[in-house]
Amino acid sequence: MYSEKVMDHFQNPRNMGEIEDASGVGTVGNARCGDIMRMYLDIDDNGVIKEAKFKTFGCGAAVATSSMATELVKGRTVQEALEVTNKAVMDALDGLPPVKVHCSLLAEEAIHAALWDYAEKEGIVIEGLKKPKADIHEGEEEEQY
Amino acid sequence: MIYLDNAATTKTAPEVVEAMLPYFGEAYGNPSAIYSLGSAGKKAVNEARRSIAKLINAGQEEIYFTAGGTEADNWALKAVAESYGEKGRHIITTKIEHHAVLHTCGYLEKKGFEVTYLDVDQDGLVDLEELKAAIRPDTILISVMYANNEIGTIEPIGEIGAIARERGILFHTDAVQAFGQVPLDVEALKVDMLSASAHKVNGPKGVGMLYIRAGLKLRSFIHGGAQERNRRAGTENVPGIVGFGAAAARAMKLMEEKGRKERELREYLIRSIEKQIPYCRLNGHRERRLPGNVNFSFQFIEGESLLIMLDMKGICASSGSACTSGSLDPSHVLLAIGLKHEEAHGSLRMTLSEDNTVEELDEVVEALKAIVGRLREMSPLYEDFVKSRKTGK
Repeated sequence: MYSEKVMDHFQNPRNMGEIEDASGVGTVGNARCGDIMRMYLDIDDNGVIKEAKFKTFGCGAAVATSSMATELVKGRTVQEALEVTNKAVMDALDGLPPVKVHCSLLAEEAIHAALWDYAEKEGIVIEGLKKPKADIHEGEEEEQY
Repeated sequence: MIYLDNAATTKTAPEVVEAMLPYFGEAYGNPSAIYSLGSAGKKAVNEARRSIAKLINAGQEEIYFTAGGTEADNWALKAVAESYGEKGRHIITTKIEHHAVLHTCGYLEKKGFEVTYLDVDQDGLVDLEELKAAIRPDTILISVMYANNEIGTIEPIGEIGAIARERGILFHTDAVQAFGQVPLDVEALKVDMLSASAHKVNGPKGVGMLYIRAGLKLRSFIHGGAQERNRRAGTENVPGIVGFGAAAARAMKLMEEKGRKERELREYLIRSIEKQIPYCRLNGHRERRLPGNVNFSFQFIEGESLLIMLDMKGICASSGSACTSGSLDPSHVLLAIGLKHEEAHGSLRMTLSEDNTVEELDEVVEALKAIVGRLREMSPLYEDFVKSRKTGK
């Protein structure tokens, strides 16, 4: 069901854990759908992401996308991190099964939520960053039989 | 490999495979044929029918072979609706039925029938008073499963049968999980229809049956030839039916010993998990449950991750997590017994067979301890829980 890369990031997640006194922390998702992602970012004075960590409650794909998302933003500037889309996360993982695409959206949203928190703490405005949705399933209609 | 998913399917017993083999090969005759090659098949089919009838104390003419449990459920519900729709249009069932029943009820609702879905208590049991209160003058059918496939809870089927019989309402039970596992007596239980499947009792896949009480008028499910006394047309799945019969005979012979062994293993596994893994909850009734069923929710973690990690250690189990169902919602059964969504997502079902050993279960508990610990380390829910405990909130 999953690609080798997804399985690798699930079995050996990179950057799992928390950062104390992080520059920005974002939590997205909800327990109803079974996935919650929390991302921690440590950002230096030049706006470069020195460290990124995550904690995730969710399926294999949720863990793998969180792990990959932290890898993709590490060492990047805030502006570059903003360009890490769900598609970039998916591509880096050699794809996801269709029912798991929402996990990659959650990862993108987690980055944005952490950046939003950072901007609020610093009292700055990050160009192009919109207030993230806490729940990526908002407004989705569920299918009935 | 440690196989703990016997509620999904069981290993076909070697003697069952043995019994079936001739009917894939030289004994290929059509049971409807006059010549002896055909009548050998017919004889084998009827012998299987007798074994299955005996297991539930039914007459052999009351057993109708189908392509499985789902077909039997579909037949029972749709045919009653169609045959008795003039008399009334109300059906009573429960919120914890298998989708074979629930989705058929959904279909019937679209056709203008009204369905009451009974709640269950925290152990998964139907309340008989609630059932009585739900009965209306136009109720034509009650359908309650004998035992639940996820949490193993055994429903008070005899009592429900008595209530239904007294009021002249037809009663169907989906006994797919119970057939061959626990003693079933259609006379004592007062059921009018009962569904069962071969592959849950060490028989082959693709074959099941519907028991229809003699004298009950029920329309044919599939129209065509005169097979199954005109009620289910199509040339019989002879090897499958023979395998089903052999599995039923085997189940009858082994039931007591197998049940005793599975109960011992079940209690051992439940005790070990409760002793060694914190923040877990046993789902389903503690005593009134299937011999081989163990179902736990582990707080703060998600089931699919748990299953993948177990699989990497060669352990096969299942979960009520949404991720394993292809929808966003976790198991309807776990929600019906009052679990919160996150608790339902963190559920693990392990269904044992008599072939499992204590050593295997020790290995499973060790693996679970490590995996649950690892996933909690990764879980923001656990982090919040630990922090709130520290601050005393």
